[in-house]
Amino acid sequence: GAGKVLHLGRAALPEEVAAWDIDVRPDGTGLPEGQGSVEDGEVLFSDTCASCHGEFGEGVDRWPTLAGGIGTLADQDPDKTLGSYWPYLSTAYDYIHRAMPFGDAQSLEPDEIYAMLAYILNMNDIVDDDFVLSRENFLTVEMPNADGFFRDDRDEVELPELTQAPCMESCKDTAPEITRHASILDVTPDTPDDGAES
Amino acid sequence: MTESPDGRAKPHSTDRRRFLTRSLATGGALATAGLVPARAISQTAPDPLITEVQPWAQYLGDGVDVYPYGMPIEFESDVIRRNVPWLTAETASSINFTPIHQLDGIITPNGLCFERHHAGSIELAKEDYRLMINGLVDQPLVFTYADLERFPRENRIYFLECAANSGMEWAGPQLNGAQFTHGMIHNVMYTGVMVKDLLAEAGVKTEGKWLLAEGADASAMTRSVPMDKALEDCMVAFKMNGEALRKEQGYPARLVVPGWEGNMWVKWLRRLEVGDQPWEQREETSKYTDTLEDGRSRKWTWVMDAKSVITSPSPQMPIRHGKGRLVITGVAWSGRGTVSEVHVTTDGGVNWHQARLSGPSLDKSMHRFYYEMDWDGRPMLLQSRAVDSTGYVQPTKDVLRKFRGLNSIYHNNGIQTWAISADGEAENVEIS
Repeated sequence: GAGKVLHLGRAALPEEVAAWDIDVRPDGTGLPEGQGSVEDGEVLFSDTCASCHGEFGEGVDRWPTLAGGIGTLADQDPDKTLGSYWPYLSTAYDYIHRAMPFGDAQSLEPDEIYAMLAYILNMNDIVDDDFVLSRENFLTVEMPNADGFFRDDRDEVELPELTQAPCMESCKDTAPEITRHASILDVTPDTPDDGAES
Repeated sequence: MTESPDGRAKPHSTDRRRFLTRSLATGGALATAGLVPARAISQTAPDPLITEVQPWAQYLGDGVDVYPYGMPIEFESDVIRRNVPWLTAETASSINFTPIHQLDGIITPNGLCFERHHAGSIELAKEDYRLMINGLVDQPLVFTYADLERFPRENRIYFLECAANSGMEWAGPQLNGAQFTHGMIHNVMYTGVMVKDLLAEAGVKTEGKWLLAEGADASAMTRSVPMDKALEDCMVAFKMNGEALRKEQGYPARLVVPGWEGNMWVKWLRRLEVGDQPWEQREETSKYTDTLEDGRSRKWTWVMDAKSVITSPSPQMPIRHGKGRLVITGVAWSGRGTVSEVHVTTDGGVNWHQARLSGPSLDKSMHRFYYEMDWDGRPMLLQSRAVDSTGYVQPTKDVLRKFRGLNSIYHNNGIQTWAISADGEAENVEIS
């Protein structure tokens, strides 16, 4: 039942918590000691990241773009990158540490992550070429889209209209016509029966 | 003739049956011009499937030791998950689709539940499994898998829908089939323990208002869950539909976050951290945030709104039987509660009919609906519209676009239209 302590499990040791609790929050909580320069980051990025993300963070094939796109979020086809979209730099440190490089996660040292991050910021024209990112100056970096997010407001904005009793009869004045077809695009995989796919 | 797994040749007559079915259907279409066709299709010769002794009626079938863990019969080999290669760069961080067009009822078979991984489906043995609770708690704890099984258990049926389900359809119809437009969903019975019971062991401090859930895979998937939700109905599940979680669904334990977007249902769950603020992780900033027309973005759009889709007929399920009786069926669900009504239109939304709900109506679960009708053979514009227990009415795509524009990627619960042609083919379309 709720609230009843069953005395299951055991105390977590500090070393165990330290090994798994690697998250970094927007206020910088969780950042380790360390630093890295744009210059060092460029070399590291080229060796470790560029095969997927491109030498300038432009993204290879369908791999994510990391740089550019600032000011495009209201465009028809926004370019959402770390520079143009991400609100917090902490998220980038955290994510690179926990999940990158893709296929070899948690293989980077703090100084390497700071350096790569400095280079990514530089590619996004957020910091100068001689910038050195460290735990100490981490929170001074201003992300262009830091104010671009707001809490889910569907209940206030959408619910009043979407909770109206729906029309059941004679709901349109003219007969509906087809305006768009999926089959014209023809991007759906063929069925297995067609033998077009293994 | 086909080979059974034990190597014996096994006769079957699929081809002949298909031929007979087709000729019967053609005969039916010719014989019936009116709205309500006559029952009988004249059979000029006796049906050999009846008059001749069939092999299955003469020889022995498989013994009980042939399939220790059974698979569907070979005739159902097209009922499978499908991948759309062009959607993502790499299959280890990608999506596949539940074949909802071929399923019925509300329970998704475990082997058909869609997959969404960010660093592949990992193999994590129960012996190697650890769950840590840390952060703003009185005592950080580590549980083994065996510990989890000693907590009181609950059984709950919930849908899990990817936030991106139907996301490719925001700008217009793209993929031609309910599997592809609506198949990032499954609905199973979870057995597990309540998160509130796990947290009670560690003792949440009063300032602990958020819970970070983290996976054991190489993406170390993380999401911030408000504590109220975690304590209300979140579970750590270790069984689905009675058996252990499938590897690709988080074996041996995953988070269950009823009614909320699938990304939060962290698989291979290794850690729950209590905090006083959200963590703003990659999956709740860069991803799973919804950009509106003015370039600003909603964050924390957790709940999945009421939604429905007609699964048959649909582009992968054309009408092959000609005019006359037609069963229209589909599924409806809402992250806000139960589904109280589903409406079906055959004329593109001019007139709507009450569909019939069949089977259990459970909170934050799939519901099965049917609308039975006589089809006169004329083209139709089929749509379904769900209404949930809070009075929320599933909107059209145009209404959603009015609120959100075209670039919000996630949370597309707009009404789906299938255009049915006179020959029974169905197509994904949009209408005026």
